[in-house]
Amino acid sequence: MDFFNNHKYLFGAALLLFLGLTLAVAILPAISNQNNNAPLPQAVALSDEAAKGKMIYIAEGCVACHTQQVRNVDMDKLWGSRPSISADYADIKRTDFWRNTATLMGTERTGPDLINIGNRQPSSDWHLLHLYNPRAVVSQSIMPAYPWLFVEKQNPGKEDIVIHVPDEFRKKSSGSLVASQEALHLVAYLQSLKQTPLPDGTPQPSFLYKAEKPDVKEMVGNPEEVALPDGQALYSSNCQACHQPNGEGLKGAFPALKESKIVLDENPELFVKIIMQGYDANPAFGVMPAVGINNQLLPEAVAAIMNHERTSWGNSARKVTAAEVKKIMELIGKEVPQ
Amino acid sequence: MTKGKTLPAFISDHKLTLLVMASFFAITSEGFAQQATEQGSFSISEPGIMIMILLFLLPLLIGILILVFKLKNLFRSIEKSDVKQEARNFAAYLNELDEEQLALVQKRKENLEYRTKANELSGTLPPEDARGLVVASIEHVSPQFIAPKRKALPRPAIDPRLTKLILWFIGTATFWLVFGTTIGEYLGIKFVAPDVDQVSWLSFGRLRPIHTNSVFWGWSSLAMLGLAYYVVPMVSNTSINNIKHGWLSLLFINASVVMGTIFLAAGINNGGGEFREYIWPVMLLFAIGIVLTLRNFFLTVAHRKTKEIYVSNWYVIAATMFVIVISIIAYVPYWQIGLGESIIQGYYMHQGVGMWFMLFTLGLIYYFLPQQLNRPIYSYSLGILAFWAQILFYTVIGTHHFIFSSIPWSLQTTAIVGSVGMVIPVVAGTANFLLTFRGGWNKLRDSYTLPFFLVGIIFYFTGSLQGTVEAFRYTNLLWHFTDFTVAHSHITMYGIISFFMWAGIYAMVPRLTGKEPPQLLVGAHFWIALIGLMFYNIPLMIGGTLKGLSWMEGKPFIDSVVLMAPYWLWRAIGGSMMWFAHLIFAFNLYKMIAKKTSPDIKDLALEYMEGENHDKHAQPSPSTM
Repeated sequence: MDFFNNHKYLFGAALLLFLGLTLAVAILPAISNQNNNAPLPQAVALSDEAAKGKMIYIAEGCVACHTQQVRNVDMDKLWGSRPSISADYADIKRTDFWRNTATLMGTERTGPDLINIGNRQPSSDWHLLHLYNPRAVVSQSIMPAYPWLFVEKQNPGKEDIVIHVPDEFRKKSSGSLVASQEALHLVAYLQSLKQTPLPDGTPQPSFLYKAEKPDVKEMVGNPEEVALPDGQALYSSNCQACHQPNGEGLKGAFPALKESKIVLDENPELFVKIIMQGYDANPAFGVMPAVGINNQLLPEAVAAIMNHERTSWGNSARKVTAAEVKKIMELIGKEVPQ
Repeated sequence: MTKGKTLPAFISDHKLTLLVMASFFAITSEGFAQQATEQGSFSISEPGIMIMILLFLLPLLIGILILVFKLKNLFRSIEKSDVKQEARNFAAYLNELDEEQLALVQKRKENLEYRTKANELSGTLPPEDARGLVVASIEHVSPQFIAPKRKALPRPAIDPRLTKLILWFIGTATFWLVFGTTIGEYLGIKFVAPDVDQVSWLSFGRLRPIHTNSVFWGWSSLAMLGLAYYVVPMVSNTSINNIKHGWLSLLFINASVVMGTIFLAAGINNGGGEFREYIWPVMLLFAIGIVLTLRNFFLTVAHRKTKEIYVSNWYVIAATMFVIVISIIAYVPYWQIGLGESIIQGYYMHQGVGMWFMLFTLGLIYYFLPQQLNRPIYSYSLGILAFWAQILFYTVIGTHHFIFSSIPWSLQTTAIVGSVGMVIPVVAGTANFLLTFRGGWNKLRDSYTLPFFLVGIIFYFTGSLQGTVEAFRYTNLLWHFTDFTVAHSHITMYGIISFFMWAGIYAMVPRLTGKEPPQLLVGAHFWIALIGLMFYNIPLMIGGTLKGLSWMEGKPFIDSVVLMAPYWLWRAIGGSMMWFAHLIFAFNLYKMIAKKTSPDIKDLALEYMEGENHDKHAQPSPSTM
């Protein structure tokens, strides 16, 4: 055909087809998306520190391993309380003259998703130690260490934030390790990553591909002795990062659960309260976040975690039941209206 | 059909191809309706999983076929024992015959055994090769460890200035291959030993984009362009439009990769999108380089001496136009606020792979494969069908990197449908290439380039269809975010693109320089790279699947990190092999360009004789100069 023997027509046609399709599947949807989405009413803009921290997050290429999106599938539930929606990203604009918008949604999850890390792990002590060397807190972690975000000082001042690194992860030096401004900014950014609640009355988008849960009542004869979920797995997801797999915590940062009075107490009230609402009574250790509330743990899960802690590492206390925990949780709920 | 066959004949000839196509459509049509599937556990009956298993069982199936043939032979030998028994009976019968009968049998035997002497038609003169048909004769026979391969045939002379340009393209590409995969290899080690160093410039997050960008824009792009500077003028039957612009293009692209690498190591990047990590001034250099080359190619085609535009140039020029388009769209800020950025990112990263690397490389294969097989491409029309189908389907599938994300559901569905549509160009292309091989399989044995082509073709088929299958919703649930994706991108960018690049380079460079690479080392390069790739991919695919399952079961995240450890180790081992193969390739390239050839005795003798003659004639007649 002569049409195809004319290079202008041929390549013109190919280019037009490509441009037309591009317009339809990329440019127009992108423009319509940015014009039709606004930040949620309760969304909080990044603070100055967090914004600077985001620049470090970008520079260090954290997006290579960490996503920032909760997909609308059941398996993503642990990363946030609801699926991410367009509005969550609507406020992210071009970074600066040199750099493009950084939504940082990511395409690989070699490490955990971080869109809700500010709720899941609000402790700055944990983050700083983890950044200095992730293996100091999570022994199996393969995340890079970021020692260049910390400086050594012989006599740290009052303002300085000193991190307590276990000896095996310290380089040979006598000084104290102090978090640099960059490290603090990065942690401020991570702490700012929280899912914004939807405005009242907005229907929550649902999670698809729900896992089929066996009917617990049918499995066990005695309704009092409802089968609890796997306590060890729940401990590993919710507690282990600080309190460690051996329950011994980390000196100067996170208290031991092994032989802990609170864990072993016959009356589990304080124990449940700490799990649900956090704890900051002991100045020798970091602040414990409200793990239970943040991660929306159900009474069954809390009971399972407690029983794991009460019966592992040489601990031996009586097991608690879900009903017992539920009662205490209801009590706490009345005490402190959240 | 192109050869005037009737339709039924065509169908019977291509039954297998059609069957494969049909069965794919049959399976994939179910793939759309996956939303309703109740979930939680690994479901082998999901079409996506089934196709993926099928793709990787293909070699096994071929193995089973071979086994069946062997068994058949075994049965035949059992049959033989029956024959022996019959022979004994027959011998007993012969023993009982009388004289007269025996004479008859003897006579019949002689008649049956009559043969001509085979030299009745030859003369009595001593042999003489009057037309010089016998070029070489093997005078001594010794056991050989390497089968001798055919040497590259001398081609019409190429402008030495163009040769130099092409060799610089290939040379710098090879530098980026070795550089980029050294980084990649180091990254693989970091999965196993995360504290191997704690230097900011060498940290994982900074090195990863350096690896991907230097093998993308450095190695693959420069190698493709180098090969195209040979192909485009060759199939246009004219010379390249402007060599100087070619050099500028080379300079700009290399400058872009050098600067990009330095910026990335310093922590200066564009903000997250894969393959879009270079900031715009760096990418601008790349774009300028490409524009110069596009102009060069376009004007070369415009001044072609053939009426038709050979299909290679369709692919090459279209790809070069498209890469400029996608770079502009990816870097212009007007549509990149919020999720707009992610929609563009999905589009960009996928068009980068499919519309630049894949489209361009296919164009090169439409030239090099027929040339190496010394036969025309099986069907020109199939190549053209694949061309338009590729543009039509590939352009719309970018969003399949963000299935289940907050990007509009309709866009995700379009991407999944487009991914299934990709079966058309992929099957058309694969069938076309394999059918070009038809009847020429014996050449595979004698050639050191054809194995590279064949591996590229096989991975083109499996890798591309793997991409289709990964786009389904269920498979996305299982494999998205896991190391399976990493395996997939290496099957495609390495198994397809890099193998095709090597095929093209080994085919072209000896024709430019007249120097052959060491055969043993080409073989070593091929096998180490291929086996290394397998050690790289298969563990990551298995590990990625287990990781996805662990997530679906709701196990603690750290479990999925722990379970990957052995698979990451295997990946590092495979990666080391691939890296070592690249060193061999670099050495082979060096040999093809700079090998010192010992001077030819005949040529030298001729030169001396001419010199003597010249001296003799010099004094009486200076005009002979």
